[in-house]
Amino acid sequence: MNTIETEVDVLVIGGGTAGPMAAVKAKQANPALRVLLLEKANVKRSGAISMGMDGLNNAVIPGHATPEQYVREITIANDGIVNQKTVMAYATQSFAMIEELDRWGVKFEKDETGDYAVKKVHHMGSYVLPMPEGHDIKKVLYRQLKRTRVEITNRLVATRLLTGPDGRIAGAMAFDCRTADFHVIRAKSVVLACGAAGRLGLPSSGYLFGTYENPTNAGDGYSMAYHAGAELSGIECFQINPLIKDYNGPACAYVTGPFGGYTTNAEGQRFIECDYWSGQMMWEFYQELQGGKGPVFLKLDHLAEETISTIETILHTNERPSRGRFHAGRGTDYRERLVEMHISEIGLCSGHSASGVWVDEHARTTVPGLHSAGDMACVPHNYMLGAFVYGRLAGESSAAWCAEHDFAPVDADQVERERQRVWAPLQREHGLPPNQVEFKLRRFVNDHLQPPKVTRKMEIGLERFEGIREDLDHLKARDAHELMRAMEVHAIRDCAEMAARASLYRTESRWGLYHARIDYPERNDTDWFCHAQLKKDDQGRMTSFKRAIEPYLVPIAETERNAYRELRIAVPA
Amino acid sequence: MQYAPIAFTPHAVPVSVDADKCIAHKGCTVCVDVCPLDVLAIDLSKGTAYMKFDECWYCMPCEKDCPTGAVTVEIPYLLR
Repeated sequence: MNTIETEVDVLVIGGGTAGPMAAVKAKQANPALRVLLLEKANVKRSGAISMGMDGLNNAVIPGHATPEQYVREITIANDGIVNQKTVMAYATQSFAMIEELDRWGVKFEKDETGDYAVKKVHHMGSYVLPMPEGHDIKKVLYRQLKRTRVEITNRLVATRLLTGPDGRIAGAMAFDCRTADFHVIRAKSVVLACGAAGRLGLPSSGYLFGTYENPTNAGDGYSMAYHAGAELSGIECFQINPLIKDYNGPACAYVTGPFGGYTTNAEGQRFIECDYWSGQMMWEFYQELQGGKGPVFLKLDHLAEETISTIETILHTNERPSRGRFHAGRGTDYRERLVEMHISEIGLCSGHSASGVWVDEHARTTVPGLHSAGDMACVPHNYMLGAFVYGRLAGESSAAWCAEHDFAPVDADQVERERQRVWAPLQREHGLPPNQVEFKLRRFVNDHLQPPKVTRKMEIGLERFEGIREDLDHLKARDAHELMRAMEVHAIRDCAEMAARASLYRTESRWGLYHARIDYPERNDTDWFCHAQLKKDDQGRMTSFKRAIEPYLVPIAETERNAYRELRIAVPA
Repeated sequence: MQYAPIAFTPHAVPVSVDADKCIAHKGCTVCVDVCPLDVLAIDLSKGTAYMKFDECWYCMPCEKDCPTGAVTVEIPYLLR
């Protein structure tokens, strides 16, 4: 096993959605920069959109929505806890990004006049733009990477960031998941775009890799940002999604809603006014599952044959193409049977909810020279288009940083400690198998952290996670591939501890099911109308603290504030 | 002390490769390259691709991108 040292100007970690965009934009901002895109899998098919995407969930398109409307909608959907500046930066740049992607060859649905065919799924405004032919999006990105001459390296697993004596970023360390070679990459600026912490909860099937998020996104980015001293935010605002029971994709109301599909309970009644994924919507969904009117279904059997075949074409070729195969195995034909739904395992993902690394409106984290974008960067409900917009911002900010800063010195001790930590599981003769430690850890996550959250259960959970911390020193990897799984267990454990501590810190309930606390059932705006942050302090302890919410750019009227709390369809008395 | 399990032999894995269609012996590694979890490998003695690690996300790039249609992804048994 060798140690390989490299030096670049901008290092982008994560080649999924935000990462390629960041790399392209850094290179476009200054073609002289050496930009390296480091990917754990293979950039051609990596990340959350490896098989494409069937639509934009948050397109802000002139004539259909304004940035102000969008900022208002997300502020209300996220129960007021947003830094509006970051959401506004997204909203104002969303349309230009759509136009650029369109020029690059991404296909969006248009009506007969050539206008974008925007649909309404949210509670208030219209932001959903279908992409029935969205399966090529990774190819489009790859072409741009080649055109701008971004350097790419695949199958490298980044494990820790390097920081200089003044705390600013100095690079990152990684290992090759096929050879176990250790890489030290010096960089002036780093972009973290490692996706969600998708392997946190265990799916109810018990299958480790049956997660909603691409399981390659194991929370490595959250862990790296934390250990580098970056501030994280809203970790207690979990990601929980309504999915097909036993399958890891949505049924999917976003795609089928505009065609006439809808969510029902077992009595065939609608119970939610709006299918947009918010914490409150998940709360209503959970109540229906638990309250005797479950299970919950997606109903399509009333639709015309041609409508159903269109839906099948979209849902069975895009984003989650094995969905059709799953339905066939269970004998589910949309024409005859409702699609049974259930709720997913928990995860951390700002693309869907709000948990992530704290960033400003230029994608800058609190660590100088470190930027973040995509699912792991805290810009609530940012989805794929948000990953592209913040990828662009992160790339441009990185290029600007490089113009003014030289390399930070590399601390040899940091490198040596990390090399020992990474290689240790290969060097042990006997030890614990990574998949067993992962299974146990994630089962504890379910047992102790799955909402509704209970204080005492979460406290015991923290003790269990401490127990797993000791087990990390006994992980045994038989080869470089298993070493990747072993190091992922480290990251998952960090995320589990963050999820528990952040949830204990916020002593109120907010965001519906995402942070429903049995012991503190009410929303408490007096004490908790603020961001709850988390970071590693100077003594290496995980600490929580409050950050005030910046004055809103778009005021929220008293009459609108609770719009997302009134999702349940009123039953006539 | 015994460390290796003796009773655990996976017989059915989600990804199967048709040996007659697979052209790994000609240098093709497409399915191995595109897998996000890096679970496929080439069996050098047989010259075909196979599922080396049972960690499938059933996402299907391996099947879609295979130039000869040799790869089939099934939903893992636990989820079927």
